[in-house]
Amino acid sequence: MTNAETVPAAHSHLVRHHFDDSAQQLESSTLGMWVFLLTEMMFFGGMFGGYTVYRNMYPDAFASTSRYMNLTIGAINTAVLITSSLTMVLAVRSAQLGRKRALIAFLVLTLLLGCVFLSLKYVEYHEKWVDHHVPGPSFHYADARYAHQAQILFFLYFAMTGMHALHMIVGAGLLTTLIVMAARNRFTAEWYTPVDMIGLYWHFVDIVWIFLFPLLYLIGHTS
Amino acid sequence: MTRHVASVKTYILVFAALIALTVTTVAVSKLELGEYNFICAMTIAVIKGTLVVLFFMHVKGSSSMTKLFVAAGLFWMVILVVFVLSDYVSRGWLPGGSWWSSAGVLGGH
Repeated sequence: MTNAETVPAAHSHLVRHHFDDSAQQLESSTLGMWVFLLTEMMFFGGMFGGYTVYRNMYPDAFASTSRYMNLTIGAINTAVLITSSLTMVLAVRSAQLGRKRALIAFLVLTLLLGCVFLSLKYVEYHEKWVDHHVPGPSFHYADARYAHQAQILFFLYFAMTGMHALHMIVGAGLLTTLIVMAARNRFTAEWYTPVDMIGLYWHFVDIVWIFLFPLLYLIGHTS
Repeated sequence: MTRHVASVKTYILVFAALIALTVTTVAVSKLELGEYNFICAMTIAVIKGTLVVLFFMHVKGSSSMTKLFVAAGLFWMVILVVFVLSDYVSRGWLPGGSWWSSAGVLGGH
C-alpha cells in the first residue's frame, strides 16, 4: 500500500516497495518461512507415522533391534545439536544488535557443531555397515526369527536419520553462505532477515532430532 | 526492526533446561517402567520441542498470525498420526501388548 504521508518516513532502501515498513516485511518473511517449515513437518511426519505403525506391528523385533542402537553417540549428538541451537540463537541476537564479529563467531561455532554431529553420525553409520545392519543384499541379522522385520526397522532408522542428516548438510551449506554474507558486511541491525530465517530452519532440524532421539535410542531397550 | 532483543540469560536458561531434560530422559529410560517409559520419553521430548519453538524460534514474542500457523501445523501433524493409528488399531492390525491396547481399552485383537 502506498500512502503518501507514511512512505517517505518509513521507507528505507532495505524495504521492498510492496511493504509498508520493515516490520511488515519481516512479518511476511517469518510467516513464509513457517509455511515452509510446516511442509517439512508433514514430510518428517509421514516417516514418524510409518515408524509408529511398524514399531507397534513388530514390537518384539523392535525391542531386539533397539539394543544395537548406539545410545552414547545418540546422547552426545543430542547435546551437540542443542548447543548448536544456542549458538545459532546467539548469532541471531548478535545480528539484531549489529555486532558483526560476534555474529560471524557464533555462525562459525554453529557450523562446527553441525560438523561434529555429522562426523559422529558417520561413525554410527560405519558401525552399522560393519555389522551388516544396512538394509539390502548384504543385510544380516543375528536373530533369524526377526531377520525380515529387523530389516524394515533398520530401513526406518536409516531413512529418518538419513533425511535428518541431509537437512543438516543443507543447513551447513546455508550457514557457510551466511558467514560469507556477514563477512561482506551484508547484514546490519536494520536488515538481517536471512540470519533469522536460517536460524528458524536450524532450530527446526534440532526439534526433529529431539523427537528422533527418544524414539530410536531410548524406547524399547527396556521392554 | 521492531523485534525485542531477548537477554543472553534467557537463552542460557533455556539451554540449561534442554540439557537437563536430555539427561533426565536418558536416566528415565534406564528404569523399568513398562508403558510409562514411552510416555515419559515423549512428554520430555514435547517439553523440549516447545521450549525451542517458544524461545529459540521466538514464537513467544511473534504475531498471532505466526502463532496460528504454528498451531495449525501441529494440529495437522496430530491428524496425520492419530487417524493412521486409529485405523490400524480399530481394524486389529496391530498385535496386543502395545501401550494403548494393553489396558484392553481399545482391544489389541
